[in-house]
Amino acid sequence: MSAVVDEHDHHADDHHDHGPAKGLLRWVITTNHKDIGTLYLLFALAMFFVGGAMAMVIRAELFEPGLQFVDPAFFNSMTTMHALVMVFGAVMPAFVGLANWQIPLMIGAADMALPRMNNMSFWMLVAGVLLLASTLFMEGGAPNGGWTLYPPLVLQPITVGKALPFAIFSVHLLGISSIMGAINIIATIFNMRAPSMKLMDMPLFVWTWLITAFLLIAVMPVFAGAVTMLLTDKFFHTSFFNAAGGGDPVLYEHIFWFFGHPEVYIMILPTFGVASTIIPVFARKPLFGYASMVWATGSIAFLSFIVWAHHMFTVGLPLAGELYFMYATMIIAVPTGVKVFNWTATMWKGAMTFETPMLFSIAFVVLFTMGGFTGLMMSIAPSDFQYHDTYFIVAHFHYTLVPASVFILMAAGYFWLPKWTGNMYNEKIGQLHFWISVVSVNVLFFPQHFLGLAGMPRRIPDYAVQFADWNMISSIGGFIFGISQLLFLYIVIDTIRGGTGEKVSDEVWEDAAKHSLEWTLPTPLPYHTWTTPPSVVPTEHVLDSH
Amino acid sequence: MNDAVSKKNLKLARTLLIAAIAMFGFGYALVPLYDVLCEWKWIERDRPDDIKKVPEVAYKVDMNREVSVEFMTILNESTPMEFHAEKKQLNVHPGQYYTVNFYAENKTDKEIQARAIASFTPAVISRYFEKIECFCFSEQTFKPREAKTLPMRFVINPDIPEQYKTITLSYTFFDNTEKSVKK
Repeated sequence: MSAVVDEHDHHADDHHDHGPAKGLLRWVITTNHKDIGTLYLLFALAMFFVGGAMAMVIRAELFEPGLQFVDPAFFNSMTTMHALVMVFGAVMPAFVGLANWQIPLMIGAADMALPRMNNMSFWMLVAGVLLLASTLFMEGGAPNGGWTLYPPLVLQPITVGKALPFAIFSVHLLGISSIMGAINIIATIFNMRAPSMKLMDMPLFVWTWLITAFLLIAVMPVFAGAVTMLLTDKFFHTSFFNAAGGGDPVLYEHIFWFFGHPEVYIMILPTFGVASTIIPVFARKPLFGYASMVWATGSIAFLSFIVWAHHMFTVGLPLAGELYFMYATMIIAVPTGVKVFNWTATMWKGAMTFETPMLFSIAFVVLFTMGGFTGLMMSIAPSDFQYHDTYFIVAHFHYTLVPASVFILMAAGYFWLPKWTGNMYNEKIGQLHFWISVVSVNVLFFPQHFLGLAGMPRRIPDYAVQFADWNMISSIGGFIFGISQLLFLYIVIDTIRGGTGEKVSDEVWEDAAKHSLEWTLPTPLPYHTWTTPPSVVPTEHVLDSH
Repeated sequence: MNDAVSKKNLKLARTLLIAAIAMFGFGYALVPLYDVLCEWKWIERDRPDDIKKVPEVAYKVDMNREVSVEFMTILNESTPMEFHAEKKQLNVHPGQYYTVNFYAENKTDKEIQARAIASFTPAVISRYFEKIECFCFSEQTFKPREAKTLPMRFVINPDIPEQYKTITLSYTFFDNTEKSVKK
């Protein structure tokens, strides 16, 4: 309990050498950035399995044509909830968890800038996700109009049941939680850095999160506004999106994707940050093109605001709009390409070793690039009419999310868990996990490109027989991928409980301390770190910009 | 954390919170902004639902061309009416005026306010389809069990490009009784 009081005590010279509070209540009232980071990460891991279970229902139903296991309305609930749970319950919170653990360690801060708000944003996230999950047990079932919640579909009684207002309030809570998290991260980075660390000395993970936090503050409120309009359209007789009252459903799509496109970069920019942290350590070279990485991240974030309508090429945009959004979207390939080449150049002639975090990072570079290429294909407005709302888009965004964001989150787990816990994970099982994952994820998602090009629409529980073979292969890949993630769960639990028992050095990985500050701290990390800021910061990672 | 830093933190947090609230407002500002932008000449948005009434002018009738106009009538799921067009399809010459009657009936014992919303396929046609008179221009009031014949008078502008040979025009009646301001 005293820990909480002391954090806000106005005695700068107060000693923080006490450990965590005793008992389970510690986890409820904690304001320690490491505890909150752990809570975020474990919650995200749990939600990864909840969302994954929903994906298994989807793949089981699609295993062969016809309706086998679930009724179509429930199937649609599963696609909707799978997306919402994975985006708002798993990937975003996992990166906030990493930010909580790593940003203070990497910039030499004792804690986050606003520790109590930090606690509140975590518990609000839990409340939001539980509210969302509660809709599964409601009369009429969970929302099943797709995660984008498009009107008029989502406002029709048959698709909402009683769930819509609950889903909307849940989005409000999740939005407030992420905005508070973002404010905290920005304040931490701007005000709590070690005095000797300039902005351009910061590790790239910190940079990408800084930019992501600004994106969150800019777009989460817009999404909150859009769902509020849905709510008032449904219950208070407004007509924002109601054609009969002079509204326009297409307006919703514009507002939604004004949020939605930056949102996808909110999930990928921290991914880039982690990859840029891990690759140099295992290539034993400084990151190639540090400054260009920072600028590329900034450019991607800026471009994300002006390309939203490429999600809606087929709604009947004017020709000028189609052309503008097509070219603007293509430009994003330039800064993204800069990043991919920089990672490759970092590895070039490096003394590389292939521990599990590096394997996941290399797979990320390759597979994310494939996801990027299919994105480029769809940016071409005339061909997008063919791909729109087919399994091609499903394959595209899963390539940018699963073997990209999710792989990098796993890599981050393998990379930092030894530092956090002081225990080494089992490298053999880690490598097994990697190889099963990387093969099965491709068996799972690659055939979906073929299905999409052949014309199979997304969000359908049944399909024409010509799609049967690839769906079956995709489902088999899905089951293997799903089950193999239990290996990761096992490794996480095993590492926390002692791992291999091997003694872990402070650096953990060879020469890691040249790259970033956290490796100069003792292993396992004490409960309080950087109570006095570090005097010298490593700048190897920024060498070629100095 | 010393006093100065925590003051700085709170100040920055406050600024960012205000930014977040402003962005919530920006979401709402997109609604009027959308309508303004859609009026821009170069955007050329086709909005079949807000076709303005145009005065009847004499066009040169193009007797060499025939365009097939199909009429679809749809009731929004909660609209308790009967609604159909007297003709399902009409072959028209661009430049010549036609009147088509629609039939609509209130199937309840209550008065209802209903609004018909038009939609064209292909959407670009709305630029050449000129309505002189239409029941869709305003909200319609139906007394209990009342049946009405609703005329729609139109002309297809002779400037219509050659490639359009079939036009589908659909009307959807929405029950606006709850929302109507006209009670």
